[in-house]
Amino acid sequence: MSIPVPSGVPAGVAAEVLDPVAEVEAAAARGGLRRVRLGVLGWVSLVVVALAAVLAVVGPLVRPFDPNLSDLSFAYVGPYGSHLLGFDGQGRDLFSRLLVGARTTFLGAAFVALVAVAVGSGLAVTAAWFGGRVDRWVSAGLDVVFAFPGILLAVVAAAVFGAGLMSAGLALAVAYSPYIARVLRSAALRERAMAYVAALEVQGFGAWRLCLRHLLPNISGLVVAQGTILFGFAMVDLAAISFLGLGVQSPQADWGVMVSEGKTGLLQGYPMESLTAVLCIVVVVSAVSFLGDRLESAGKQAHR
Amino acid sequence: MLRFLLRRGAMLVATLLVASFAVYGALDLAPGSPIAALTGGRTPSPEVLAELNARYHLDDPFLVRYWNWLTAALTGDLGQSIPLRENVSTLIGQRIGVTASLVALTSLVIVVGGVGLGLLGALRKGAVDTGVVLVSTVSAAMPSFAAAVVLQFLFGVRLGWLPVLGTGTGFADSLKHLVLPALALAATSVALVTRVTRTAVREELDKEHVQTAVSRGLPWSSVVRRHVLRNAAIPITTVVGLTVASLIALSAVVETAFGLNGLGAYLVQAALNKDFAVVQGISLVLVVAFVVTNLLVDLAYALLDPRVALGSRAS
Repeated sequence: MSIPVPSGVPAGVAAEVLDPVAEVEAAAARGGLRRVRLGVLGWVSLVVVALAAVLAVVGPLVRPFDPNLSDLSFAYVGPYGSHLLGFDGQGRDLFSRLLVGARTTFLGAAFVALVAVAVGSGLAVTAAWFGGRVDRWVSAGLDVVFAFPGILLAVVAAAVFGAGLMSAGLALAVAYSPYIARVLRSAALRERAMAYVAALEVQGFGAWRLCLRHLLPNISGLVVAQGTILFGFAMVDLAAISFLGLGVQSPQADWGVMVSEGKTGLLQGYPMESLTAVLCIVVVVSAVSFLGDRLESAGKQAHR
Repeated sequence: MLRFLLRRGAMLVATLLVASFAVYGALDLAPGSPIAALTGGRTPSPEVLAELNARYHLDDPFLVRYWNWLTAALTGDLGQSIPLRENVSTLIGQRIGVTASLVALTSLVIVVGGVGLGLLGALRKGAVDTGVVLVSTVSAAMPSFAAAVVLQFLFGVRLGWLPVLGTGTGFADSLKHLVLPALALAATSVALVTRVTRTAVREELDKEHVQTAVSRGLPWSSVVRRHVLRNAAIPITTVVGLTVASLIALSAVVETAFGLNGLGAYLVQAALNKDFAVVQGISLVLVVAFVVTNLLVDLAYALLDPRVALGSRAS
């Protein structure tokens, strides 16, 4: 959600600090994530996210049963012996499908967040570094992309490139990059006006090196916070797109697909598949967004 | 004010031009020819092919086709759905009402529920406030499709209070069919509005002008209405507007979940069937609605807060 953020450099920022060395150190402290205090809920969230990440990697290896093996005589049978959650409408082991489904849900969202962060921070730093006309063009371009809600872009992408995780993920990444670019642009503008940047420039540091080694690391706290928030959005939106049938394709197990496939059973009074998949999504998304909020407020304090 | 309006109007037109070009261009680049959809995969004879190309103007250069599409769209003609052989505008007209009523009802839920809960939490501390925070935390974590499924199960299957599928016929029945979809669509946004309202009202309550008003002996209700809400209205309006704008695209998910015959659900169907004219038309309508809503939010923001310098808003 983007409430208009006043941009531009506060007057006198560059003149205030006269010692470039102290400023570089201060900037390094600002960029880091050392100040984040997680609290109990934060730790719980971190554990949930870490668990989901581990599942995304090893889920398909530790699943007790073949997630695609269907036996219609077990359709909608509840928890039964070693089948912890019972079976879905096609008689496939539900627990195994949830374990395997973690992969597309989690890695897909990670992919979206990484691409959006890369594109968004690249645009933000470019706009802030060159300023003037480049900045105006980049900002205007971002405004146009803002006119496309992520879901709409993903639907159009599915029509053009065919339904699938790849086209949905790329579309979402494009739709998200303006959000991250806007936040980072104002931070990068502030950083650009600092004396240490000018000092390094005078010493003959190239723009590439300066941006990659000094400017970006100094706003890395914000980058991580925004990336985490987008990761949460991406999980929700990707699952929604798979729910619509335009993302991950059935019969592949994916939490969004499972919510959609389980709906037939749910309406007949067998809600297990839909509700367990919903629960997985809600728990992981809540944890991610809680962490994102924490990181963001820590980042904001550091950038005061 | 006039300059501000003109500037925002020009930006709106520019954005829409680029957006319409992107929508038209992207679908034009898509692999596969509309002819294949028409002939069902058979190879048509050269005469038939020429006739079809001429009828749907498929031989014209891209820019000419874009220009024709755009100028026709301005007069309300969005071309023809090739598989259905029907006007896209007609198809949209049949469904736009469902989507518009869904978004309107959802907005009502968001404003009444969000502002109401937020006020309640801010004014009544203690258990009530904790309850408000709890409710908003849970509903913030509910994506619309998840909320849809949970509501369908609770109120449709278990309690049997409300219909879970379809659009319904007649006013009362249609409205009944929209209740659960609107609640599902509102879940996340209500939480957001509640949070913003609660924080804004709290902040305003702590300000000196409110204490002054109280100490002057003004009745509490009028202090809340005239001094607190009037100032808290600025962030609240912004967040309400932005969330309402985001509903326009999200309605596709809820419409699909509840089997509503609206624009969003139809867009998804058209994308799956590669009915490009329909995807272009509905995307254009949704983008216009989204951009115009955002513009209205900006206007409301400028009207509510005289400090916003018209014409030179920081972006």
